[in-house]
Amino acid sequence: MTFEIRWERDDYSRIPFHLYHDEEVYALEMERIFRGPCWSYLCLEAEIPNPGDYRTTWVGDTPVVVSRATAEAGGAIHAFVNRCAHRGAQIVRKTHGNAAEHVCIYHRWCYRTDGELIGIPFRRGLKGEGGMPKDFDMAAASPQRLKVANVSGMLFGTFSDDAEPIEDYLGEFGTGMVRRFFHKPIRILGYSRQLIRGNWKLYAENLRDTYHASLLHEFFVTYGVDRATQKGGVKMDARHRHNMNHAYTATDTQADAQAAYAGTAGVKLDRMRLTDTKLLQHTPEFADRMNLAAPTFFPNALLIQINHSLGTRQIRPKGVDAVEVFQTLFGFADDTEEQTRHRLISANLVGPAGFVSMEDGEAIEIIQKATRNERQATNIIEMGGRGAISDLAHRVTETPVRGFWSYWSELMGVEAPGGVR
Amino acid sequence: MIPAEVRHAAADLMAEYGLRIDEDRLEDWVELFDEACDYKVVIRENVEQGLPNVLMWCDNKNMLRDRIASYRDVNEYNLHWDRHVIGPLRLGGGADGVWTIEAAYTLVQTDLEGVSRLFSAGRYLVEFVLAGAAARIRSAKVIADTGLIPTLLATPI
Repeated sequence: MTFEIRWERDDYSRIPFHLYHDEEVYALEMERIFRGPCWSYLCLEAEIPNPGDYRTTWVGDTPVVVSRATAEAGGAIHAFVNRCAHRGAQIVRKTHGNAAEHVCIYHRWCYRTDGELIGIPFRRGLKGEGGMPKDFDMAAASPQRLKVANVSGMLFGTFSDDAEPIEDYLGEFGTGMVRRFFHKPIRILGYSRQLIRGNWKLYAENLRDTYHASLLHEFFVTYGVDRATQKGGVKMDARHRHNMNHAYTATDTQADAQAAYAGTAGVKLDRMRLTDTKLLQHTPEFADRMNLAAPTFFPNALLIQINHSLGTRQIRPKGVDAVEVFQTLFGFADDTEEQTRHRLISANLVGPAGFVSMEDGEAIEIIQKATRNERQATNIIEMGGRGAISDLAHRVTETPVRGFWSYWSELMGVEAPGGVR
Repeated sequence: MIPAEVRHAAADLMAEYGLRIDEDRLEDWVELFDEACDYKVVIRENVEQGLPNVLMWCDNKNMLRDRIASYRDVNEYNLHWDRHVIGPLRLGGGADGVWTIEAAYTLVQTDLEGVSRLFSAGRYLVEFVLAGAAARIRSAKVIADTGLIPTLLATPI
């Protein structure tokens, strides 16, 4: 299928609303982005530490098993489509576990832990009658496998032979950030899930929009966790498909913030105090002393540090008008009991009930609701400037959102004539 | 045997617990708790795996007050009405005057145009003490079967 977009601007500062609603666009995104030459975040190596361990995950809306093969099957980490070669049933139904092999319940077709089809009941028939044709090739029929890359314990997968090497895809910036988060062994603290009734791209954009952070999430500003006046900015990779919003602890003053937010409706700077302030206690624990770091990787991944809360988020599109945000929280294996407790208290900040994150669900849903019938109108993405897309040493910007659309357009084959990259 | 006054106090406690949230009397809901209390919302997916992650955790009454104050004045959220339906109470405990309640709940949210949706199903694990005739919550743990939170979780369960 081919489709065209009549871009109003070649710098992606105007996005037609219908791109968040068209079923055809969604189907093409699954094909050209999630099954295209991108690396998608799968899960963490620490979640499948032992031979035979597996987790089910999603790449776009394709169900995938990530599995550490048993010793007999080579012991490597594999990812394969969670769909029986025979009739298309889910092979693995649990979210996680350990198995010597995977058996589809329908007709008991059996798969090795690396995804290869190794058993078909009654393949030779019964008493010399029936069975599968003799030339049936089990290896060729096996579920599609993804190429898997392990970057410091963060697992990525791609369906495409045309994907760049992962180091090039993430760039120095990206691999450096992954190394930062996973600089020593981690301990999984658990999961949260949120279903937002909005298009997945609205969430991807949200992660690249630093402008909203201290305005929508008033908690940030009210209690001084994160303010636009702190030292920080946005960094992107060379292709502007990934982005990192970051800020440094205690690099602004109350007076700076008061002057900057004066007159902003709804912002209640300095009006409130927490009765129990331990939630906000922060002692820099990374060499770079950042208290907020949120590198996001096209198309589906976010790493996020807010003070002592550390996690990954995976974007799972669920049709054109819904997206699941799957969050994995972790600490470090050598955390003391007290540190673990503080990370869990810090979990109040993030996730579906997070003091500084809950609002995103609502903001996205009210866009989806209000734009449903629009065929012509566009949004406006100009905060931080028009034209070329580049890194910024300030935080009132949505320029990386334009970077997202630029790369999206390239993959979808609908770049604006002369469009910025 | 659970004494009758404990049964009555527990029934009243859980009725007030649900209704005060549904009536948007969150500050009064907080008053059902002891100063030294613990309120936690976790999802069953984590509990089944022995993972400690929390959606909300207030380990004393001041943190609960902060959660409600932030909801009132700071956070933005989906505008809605809550409706709790709490099932029969299984009572236990009694050692050192600390009684326990286990009960199922369903929580339906209704938006301002009247559309109701199941928001959460799960169970409560509550520890309470009697202060005179009234029960005071020492700890309330919400274990939500509904791990996939629709939109967001702003008001307590």
